[in-house]
Amino acid sequence: MNIAEELLGGSRLALSRAITAIENEYDNAVEIMQKIYAHTGKAYVIGITGPPGAGKSTLTDKIAKAYRAMGKTIGIIAIDPTSPFSGGAILGDRIRMSELTLDEGIFIRSMGTRGSLGGLSRKTADAIKLMDAAGKDIILVETVGVGQSEVDIVKTADTTIVVMVPGLGDDIQAIKAGILEIGDVFAINKADREGVDKVCREIEMMLDLNQEQVLWRPPVRKVIASQNEGVNELLAAIDQHKNWLSESGELSVRRNERIKTELLAILNEQIGRYILTKVTDSGKFNELLHNVEARRVDPYSAVENILKDILR
Amino acid sequence: MEKRVRVLVAKPGLDGHDRGAKVVARGLRDAGFEVIYTGLRQTPEQIVGAAVDEDVNVVALSLLSGAHNHLFPRIVELLKEKGLSEALVIGGGVIPDSDIPSLKAAGVSEVFTPGTPISSIVEFINANVK
Ligand SMILES: Nc1nc2c(ncn2[C@@H]2O[C@H](COP(=O)(O)OP(=O)(O)OP(=O)(O)O)[C@@H](O)[C@H]2O)c(=O)[nH]1
Ligand SMILES: [Mg+2]
Repeated sequence: MNIAEELLGGSRLALSRAITAIENEYDNAVEIMQKIYAHTGKAYVIGITGPPGAGKSTLTDKIAKAYRAMGKTIGIIAIDPTSPFSGGAILGDRIRMSELTLDEGIFIRSMGTRGSLGGLSRKTADAIKLMDAAGKDIILVETVGVGQSEVDIVKTADTTIVVMVPGLGDDIQAIKAGILEIGDVFAINKADREGVDKVCREIEMMLDLNQEQVLWRPPVRKVIASQNEGVNELLAAIDQHKNWLSESGELSVRRNERIKTELLAILNEQIGRYILTKVTDSGKFNELLHNVEARRVDPYSAVENILKDILR
Repeated sequence: MEKRVRVLVAKPGLDGHDRGAKVVARGLRDAGFEVIYTGLRQTPEQIVGAAVDEDVNVVALSLLSGAHNHLFPRIVELLKEKGLSEALVIGGGVIPDSDIPSLKAAGVSEVFTPGTPISSIVEFINANVK
């Protein structure tokens, strides 16, 4: 049996190996994605984002437990930054999820960003599909905690939770500006700390100011992730958003938009690859390159010249 | 994209210090590895569960409490059971020299005693990882 069939048959190790294959772009990666695609589109994807140390992993752990108690199976993808210097990474989100490891219904995978800047890794969307095809009902994606550039999660998740905490000081203005558009639900974590009401008020106010342009007014919920408090209320808010998405038709609009973006990205990549190999194999490239180096030809004319040959 | 070596740095047993494990984790990151760190007091079942989901190439165990003769072989055995027999298992911490031969016989590839430079661990992994 091959890896895709084993994955569809419920093998945990096959799911794990398949994620490695797509992450490292092994030869069988495309074939795996081809075979599993028909089985995707069933899972509900929830993004969890917010500044470093806000409690994203702790909250992910609690959300997973709450859904698990309802009988749902869960996939978790936790992303941490790859060092631009060494290419290595310390992926430490699992520390807060130790208790989930023994649950057969929960699969947790840590990923390094590997050079990607939007808070996810380039292969996160494919890893989500693999977990989806493996039958996970809910997929939780914890982004890198960078504060304001986690824009990719919006394009990837059905519901995005922004985790904020009291005591961010002046930074909060900058952070809020970046996250206001991202959040479908706001979780104000560490509500056991001073200043929680102030953050709630500030965020509510900014959301109200923003309200005229948006169809969905994100709810704001206080939580204490470390004590598992407020998690059911947060889940209720996620559910509200989910219901709104399906009733308004927005869910299929967003999902179709995502599919179109993906299709274009794959097409773009393949066309680029196809043309590049054609060009570099032809020998003409080196000739033109020398001419550009010697400034006899400008790069724009060189490209025009190359494309004229190929697109004949 | 090139393959990255993935290493699970795990602390089985009951001791509550992870300074050493964290130093090793950082050293391995700086050598270009993806290091998954799971925190203190992990059972063999938790460690192997994480190793499966994370599809790691190396399981690096750090232990100060003296239960290595029981825990390390148990982890090797569970890894095999779960289909991860190619994973390289290495150990470190306070481990008497006299225990090393039996640990190796049980499937632990190498044991690094305190004071081993990170570069030796990196070299060993690069030379032996599958
Ligand atoms: N006081 C308090 N501390 C909390 C709460 N939730 C999480 N913490 C603590 O906050 C710290 C960071 O928690 P994490 O869950 O690792 O935060 P994170 O956002 O995942 O961090 P990164 O992934 O590193 O960005 C830990 O020490 C948690 O124990 C809470 O509700 N109240
Ligand atoms: Mg985290």
